[in-house]
Amino acid sequence: MAEDKGNGLQSALRRRLLMGLAGVPAIALLPRTSFAAAPPTSAVNTTGLAVTDTEVTVGILHSATGTMAISETGSIQAEKLAIAQINEAGGVLGRKIKVIQEDGASDWPTFAEKAKKLLVNDHCAAVMGCWTSASRKAALPVFEQYNGLLYYPTFYEGLEQSKNVIYTGQEATQQILESLNWVAKEKGAKTFFFIGSDYIWPRTSNKIARKHIENVLKTKVVGEEYFPLGHTQFNSVINKLKLTKPDVIFTDVVGGSNVAFYKQLKAAGIDLSKQTLLTISVTEDEIDGIGGDNIAGAYSCMKYFQSLKNPNNEKFVAAFHKMWGEKTVIGDVTQAAYLGPFLWKMAVEKAGSFDVDKVVAASPGIEFKEAPEGYVKIHPNHHLWSKTRVARALPTGQFEVVYESPDLIEPNPFPKGYQ
Amino acid sequence: MLGDYSLTDLSSIFVMQGFAGLILFSVYTLMALGLAIIFGQMGVINMAHGEFMILGAYMTYLCSGFFQTHLPALFPAYFFVAMALAFLASGALGMLVEWALIRHLYKRPLDTLLATWGLSLILQQAYRTIFGPREVGVELPAWLIGSVQVTDTIEIPINGMFVMAVTLLITAGVALLMYRSRFGAQVRAVVQNRPMAGAVGIDTEKVDRLTFGLGCGIAGIAGSAFTMVGSTGPTSGQLYIVDTFLIVVFGGAASLLGTIASAFSISQTQSTLEFFLSGSTAKVITLLSVVGILMLRPQGLFTLKVRR
Repeated sequence: MAEDKGNGLQSALRRRLLMGLAGVPAIALLPRTSFAAAPPTSAVNTTGLAVTDTEVTVGILHSATGTMAISETGSIQAEKLAIAQINEAGGVLGRKIKVIQEDGASDWPTFAEKAKKLLVNDHCAAVMGCWTSASRKAALPVFEQYNGLLYYPTFYEGLEQSKNVIYTGQEATQQILESLNWVAKEKGAKTFFFIGSDYIWPRTSNKIARKHIENVLKTKVVGEEYFPLGHTQFNSVINKLKLTKPDVIFTDVVGGSNVAFYKQLKAAGIDLSKQTLLTISVTEDEIDGIGGDNIAGAYSCMKYFQSLKNPNNEKFVAAFHKMWGEKTVIGDVTQAAYLGPFLWKMAVEKAGSFDVDKVVAASPGIEFKEAPEGYVKIHPNHHLWSKTRVARALPTGQFEVVYESPDLIEPNPFPKGYQ
Repeated sequence: MLGDYSLTDLSSIFVMQGFAGLILFSVYTLMALGLAIIFGQMGVINMAHGEFMILGAYMTYLCSGFFQTHLPALFPAYFFVAMALAFLASGALGMLVEWALIRHLYKRPLDTLLATWGLSLILQQAYRTIFGPREVGVELPAWLIGSVQVTDTIEIPINGMFVMAVTLLITAGVALLMYRSRFGAQVRAVVQNRPMAGAVGIDTEKVDRLTFGLGCGIAGIAGSAFTMVGSTGPTSGQLYIVDTFLIVVFGGAASLLGTIASAFSISQTQSTLEFFLSGSTAKVITLLSVVGILMLRPQGLFTLKVRR
């Protein structure tokens, strides 16, 4: 069946080529495209994926509607940019990427359902998608059952490693430990106050942070507070901060609560240029809603900031702005989402095949030297080696990097002594 | 936890905590007021209340942008214009919705729940299409930012006090309108006995439309005020809807006084518990006590005796 379709397309292509013969002189002007000898489909696709002689289908599965659209829009944009760039440079194994986009609609069961659709009906060779841990947990069994391949962009709590997922964001230890060391050394911090939204990611992250603070840094956590998702009134906890006067406020509040928290912090007269605040949940995306003035002076720890000064990033930011508008900001996860299609392309080319098992086997050790964040490499545990950076928020809504880990940090999704 | 602190520290925290409670009280009252009018006076369960609030917030956002680029000299005062516009926009949309949707459902109050819920989804997606899925930041004039230093250790946020003042004004205005004006008398007459009100010459359809518009308009003002303390995005309205219904139901539908008393008791419980316990635990205990009291007193704190 698949082969029939392939032949049909092939002859269609031949016809199109014949018709285009008039334009032969122009061909020399084209960038090198799919004219490079592409390996035959039967060789690169033995498991019935949607691969033809000219095309390969990849799925994008994010929330374009609902609560999470605010965060996931950036990821969709980055993935589409990456795919457009790959296609421009000739595609993958001589095949252009065709995108099928599905909407998870901020509803976790929908993610599972759409993942099944992308794998079973559309035979996608890979899926770029999911954002929240909840959506990933919902879709994961589907990817494992139908042997799909998911590139997951968000920094998350760790404690997971699936054969069918490549995690392009940081797991918790990569994000947290180095920045705590930095704040302890640089600011002489002795006391910490945790404020988070009440769900798995902040709770797990704070657990790891607490172990590190108590066992490694030998300092103290003086408070740990969680608020229901969507909580908008923080005056009481701000009073508690005023009473306990911690050296560092460590926050992982998300969503609309995030905006309310910083606005109220500012209004209550807590000056972030004097009070150290370290957050693992604020990127350029969130500052758009919070307002640069309200959060200026806070420190954020991520692996990527839009303001990073390196040639890769300058190219990436320029291309992103060209495609999606000058005013669009680029946050950490957006950059991680951009990595997915490239990492997949390189693994496919290394494997010489679109078969999921071969791509997975080829993935460890894949290096992406053109990554906007600098350089990344896939670890055998399917996470990325990457750097940790700490940056200070500026009133303009951008960040100024103040610290960068000297080496790549090894991903460690199951940290011993931190669970 | 209080043993390690000096007396001055504790007393100033006590004062600031008192204000935190009052600010929360104002926020709750302001967001529940519009719903109390619609739910209480008309028996319509308006699930799209949060979206009417966010319309007000977006009007404020547009206004701040407009004043910044075209009338920078008047920027410090733009917030008042924004609130008026928020009231008009949300009120107008409310009246339109009443005309197109709600008036066909007065005899089926439970269906209004479904219809307005659908409306809330439609509005959310409309905001997302028009303003983009990302949250927008509303620039505030300088005088609304920061806090008043009362003593060395006591600081009161200015925007919190501003919300309190707005709440006070709006509540007083609504009370006057409902109990001292001709329109208020008509509204109450329609609530008590619709056929008889019609029989004595009150245009009940017009009263319904204006009441619904008024409730939505007040939601718009609330949304405008909350841009100072909360987020403005397509789904931000959802952050308020649960608390709002809680307050109205707990206070007893159809009673303005009940709404205020209920906002007061819930906000004080919440803010005190939040200080001594953690945020999530405080919420759990608050909700449990509300459920407990409603089991003993299903009609809410205050009720009007009305012949149905």
